Amino acid sequence: MRRHLLVPAAVLGVAMLGLTGCGKDDKTTTGDAAGGPIAVSANDTACDVAKAEAPAGTVTFKVTNSGSKVTEFYVYAAGDRVMGEKENILPGVPVELKMELPAGAYETACKPGMIGDGIRAKFTVSGSAAPLTADAKLAAASENYQAYVKTQTDGLLVKTQEFAAAVKAGDVTKSKALYPVARTYYERVEPVAESFGDLDPKLDGREDDVEAGTEWTGFHRLEKDLWTGSIAQDGPIADQLVKDVQELVAKATTEKLSPLQLANGAKELLDEMAASKITGEEDRYSHTDLWDFAANLEGSKAAIAALRPSLEDKAPDLIAKLDSGFKGVETTLAKHRASDGWKLITTLSKDELKELSDSINAVAEPVSKVAAAIS
Amino acid sequence: MVSRRKALTLGGLGAAGAAGVAAGATALLSGGGTPAAAAKAAADAIEFYGEHQAGIVTPAQDRLHFVAFDVITKDRADLIELLRQWTAAAARMTQGHDAGLIGAVDGIAEAPPDDTGEALGLPPSGLTLTIGFGPTLFRTADGVDRFGIADKRPAALADLPAFRGDALQAEISGGDLCIQACANDPQVAVHAIRNLARIGFGKVSVRYSQLGFGRTSSTSRDQATARNLLGFKDGTRNLKAEDTELLPQQLWAAAEDGANWMSGGSYLVTRRIRMIIETWDRTSLGEQEQIFGRTKGEGAPLGSAKEFDEPNFDAKDGDGMPLIAKDSHVRLAHPDHNGGAHLLRRGYNFVDGSDGLGRLDAGLFFMAYQRDPRKQFVTVQKSLSRNDSLNEYIRHVSSGVWACPAGVSGAADFWGRALFA
Repeated sequence: MRRHLLVPAAVLGVAMLGLTGCGKDDKTTTGDAAGGPIAVSANDTACDVAKAEAPAGTVTFKVTNSGSKVTEFYVYAAGDRVMGEKENILPGVPVELKMELPAGAYETACKPGMIGDGIRAKFTVSGSAAPLTADAKLAAASENYQAYVKTQTDGLLVKTQEFAAAVKAGDVTKSKALYPVARTYYERVEPVAESFGDLDPKLDGREDDVEAGTEWTGFHRLEKDLWTGSIAQDGPIADQLVKDVQELVAKATTEKLSPLQLANGAKELLDEMAASKITGEEDRYSHTDLWDFAANLEGSKAAIAALRPSLEDKAPDLIAKLDSGFKGVETTLAKHRASDGWKLITTLSKDELKELSDSINAVAEPVSKVAAAIS
Repeated sequence: MVSRRKALTLGGLGAAGAAGVAAGATALLSGGGTPAAAAKAAADAIEFYGEHQAGIVTPAQDRLHFVAFDVITKDRADLIELLRQWTAAAARMTQGHDAGLIGAVDGIAEAPPDDTGEALGLPPSGLTLTIGFGPTLFRTADGVDRFGIADKRPAALADLPAFRGDALQAEISGGDLCIQACANDPQVAVHAIRNLARIGFGKVSVRYSQLGFGRTSSTSRDQATARNLLGFKDGTRNLKAEDTELLPQQLWAAAEDGANWMSGGSYLVTRRIRMIIETWDRTSLGEQEQIFGRTKGEGAPLGSAKEFDEPNFDAKDGDGMPLIAKDSHVRLAHPDHNGGAHLLRRGYNFVDGSDGLGRLDAGLFFMAYQRDPRKQFVTVQKSLSRNDSLNEYIRHVSSGVWACPAGVSGAADFWGRALFA
């Protein structure tokens, strides 16, 4: 249940990033011109991509899912930078996706069941796309991340609306199931939300963050009522939550973070994990902190991935440390998967929590050096 | 590089520095000299490089921050690189410089500083940093030789046996590596450990750490014997820097002991000893002195006049009972009753808040250096744990044994080079 419902525009937003900063005239060679869509045959255990290479430019994939599980298709650049993605690919319904791919080494991936690293294969793009200048790479980083933020805030709105509807309908079971899912989108881009003043306290404030005389609203208010009380009177709270999310989405659409803000945002997300997720204080009633934890991690990785082309020029040594650091947290976290989500944090032993904490510290050190490296 | 020493004139000391210096001055005054000279000595740097690691026979500083680490990397090269980085940072910090080459405030605005900054303006404060390697570095509890050094584990680095009354807590015991930071200013000691822990992120993880606010031992005849939290002078019989004949026999490991790389090093035993001070404080003065076998004021052995008088274990009272009781601390710990075993004790008092039962969580962080714990600490502790009447008031809650290698010879050398050669 990750990034469940992406509107196509958002997918395109991500897909377009490869173009940014390139001369627009380079679009003369296209994958389509080179022989039409590349067929991808996906099922529950395989992800066969008909060609392992393509010329630089627009590349189109046509994904057919013959398995029993809903799948996703991704094309990643180094460091799992998403160049294009399609989610919710249902069995028997072929889908096409286009993306702009400059020359380089990529990986294709199907994710049957929409979880995990996916079934991967190498994909090589060759051609004459002009290399980006250093400044253009940084500018591209901002645009890449802005597109990522948009996919997340769009997903946040859809899932928050579902969550709010379930709360208003009094459906406790459904509300509880949707609570950590909707938060996932928020937690991936939390530093962006936090840049909008009082929106974060309204959306994500905890009971002890609320000043006397101010009403406690947002996710955690509903969390408390869902897990320890009653949501019978929470209709207005649910409506307010949707309203606040709508405001966030509108603001985030126009917000463009500087590369420096990206680097700091990546660090802040890790700090969030280290400071308030690992302690279980964030979701103190539902204990779904590991959902937030995983989302913070993905968000941090996405911000660093956007900066990767710049880092490859300016601090190649740092990249290996970042890669092994992120891999370390992912490997540790993966031990705590539970069906389509995560274990409750209260079920982890002290040793398991320490292992997670150590893995965050390990990646946070190199991440804290990114801002200086790109300056 | 920022040099904290730039700010070193005594008049320019920060408040914390001045407090630390004042405490150091008190301790050093017994050795003679003017208050100003003593204060300067407490603020000065102690040489990092040398035949032996500093922080062992170095006159015991007033403050401790001890830390034990688990090594989390499985990569030998990673670990060696960390030891190099640590050694370089330790060499800088002990001389009053920042942990990193850039420093706390001279870097670019976008980067986190490579020194955390809380020691800016403070003098070196006699900081020493001393490293030790725990048994699990050589082979994990599961039997894994992670770094290819299992065959280099010295026989003397044997796991300590269980002693009667041990109440050890696993989470504050053991560890793969330890670093002892001692200084005359607590902020300087904490700064050093904090920066070393930070350099180690991803390679090591802090297992536990212990602050000590006051030394309980003297390691030089220039120092007055300090008191533990039971109010008694502790370690009067301690091995001291001036015991030049005893040190090679009792303190420093030699090549003939079996592990070449430990030649010139020493073995450290750490024990966190919780003291139930509330019940102790309700004990009569006479009983307290019986338990220790010394007078509380002077610290003289019972039946003698002066602290450094040899105890007369044969002296009897009017009823024919030994003046120094059979189960007294001084008798049980004395080298004559332990096969001649001496220890260089370097412990520190601690109070870590309270225990939730209306009592202070107080005690002694016992640290003792020696040539072979099997013959020294283990012998003494076996005797104490069976018979010491002090046991009613103390609990050993943490335990560690460490191989502390010889000193670092110069900038090209690093902690553990001989071990990983």
